[in-house]
Amino acid sequence: MSNDGPTPLERFINGILPENPVYRQILGICPTLAVSNTMEGALTMAGAVAFVLICSNILVSLIRGLLKPHLRILVFTLTIAAFVTIADRFLAAYMYDMSKLLGPYIPLIIVNCIIIARCEICASKQRLGAAVMDAVGQSLGFMLGLMSIASVREILGFGTWFGKWLGWRVIPAAAPEIWSNWVIMILPPGAFITLGLLMGVMNWIEARSRKARKAVAA
Amino acid sequence: MKNSYIGQAWLVIVLSLCFGVALAAVQTALNPKIESNKLRDTIGQIPSLVPGAADGKAETIGGQTVYRAVDAQGQHVGWVIPARGQGFADVIELLVGTDKDVKQITGLYVLKQLETPGLGDFITGDAWRSQFKSKPADVPLVITKTAPKTDSEVQGITGATISSRSVVGIVNGAVEKFRSAVANE
Repeated sequence: MSNDGPTPLERFINGILPENPVYRQILGICPTLAVSNTMEGALTMAGAVAFVLICSNILVSLIRGLLKPHLRILVFTLTIAAFVTIADRFLAAYMYDMSKLLGPYIPLIIVNCIIIARCEICASKQRLGAAVMDAVGQSLGFMLGLMSIASVREILGFGTWFGKWLGWRVIPAAAPEIWSNWVIMILPPGAFITLGLLMGVMNWIEARSRKARKAVAA
Repeated sequence: MKNSYIGQAWLVIVLSLCFGVALAAVQTALNPKIESNKLRDTIGQIPSLVPGAADGKAETIGGQTVYRAVDAQGQHVGWVIPARGQGFADVIELLVGTDKDVKQITGLYVLKQLETPGLGDFITGDAWRSQFKSKPADVPLVITKTAPKTDSEVQGITGATISSRSVVGIVNGAVEKFRSAVANE
């Protein structure tokens, strides 16, 4: 097993912005679109994904010397499915309301490409330290992606931010005569619109900073 | 050995066994809690489904589980019938409240639905569900497109005809089945 490749710190930092799963790799878009209309749902989803990603990366990194190339995807899927089922049962037992709200999207973490991509790209090739840092970085990146979309959607769609847990209102309830909630933001089209606009902003920032770097180099 | 099937697949087999045991342990440990969450969700709705009810007890009548709604003094005031059936997108699960003689429907609650957001999911809204209050339980309810004229009519949701019809169909079926089960007791 070679240990070339990015160091644990690089893996960690890459996951947050330079290789952000939502905005840069565009992976795991199903939960990003489906459960990002409230902050509570988005955070619960991000937490469940973080649990599964960290556990799978640890396990895959530990057994990476035993993997057969043609059976590796099978092992990844098996590992991920086991941890997803644990997360699903755990939510149903201790966060029943969230479990009802997220419905099928928790079991669907099994097919979330972020996790299988990290097993393939990092955990099956690198040491435990790098695999753990990679999983934590990618989880944080995914959480940031979900939270940014959920903030826009919940504020415009419900007028609240963390409405279920903390009850914070951003747009006062007394304002219906001058402001009515954008129902479209709660519905699926709102997810596409928000994701598209935010991704445009990310690309714009990226293009500007690349231009600035080029100017400095020249 | 190295090229045999076992030599190739032993890791998958070992992992499957380990995960299987781990999942069985998690399921055994958490299942009572999950079941009690579900039951609490149902029991918690009983006061809003049957007027005057404070609590409910599960009972088996005619082969199905129903809830006997009782008031604060323990007096029997009505029934809550769990019902399920096909909706537009997926199975809809309902709770139907009736008075104790199963003469009148006293309330409706949607436990689980995956109808179209913004259209079909109006079946969970108070405005629509409250139409079922005080409807007769001994004649089948029908969906109308305009404001109800007779006692047994329920106005459907615009753009969600199938969801509306499904709910009414499930309610009719469940109430009818339960009425005959009670009559046979």
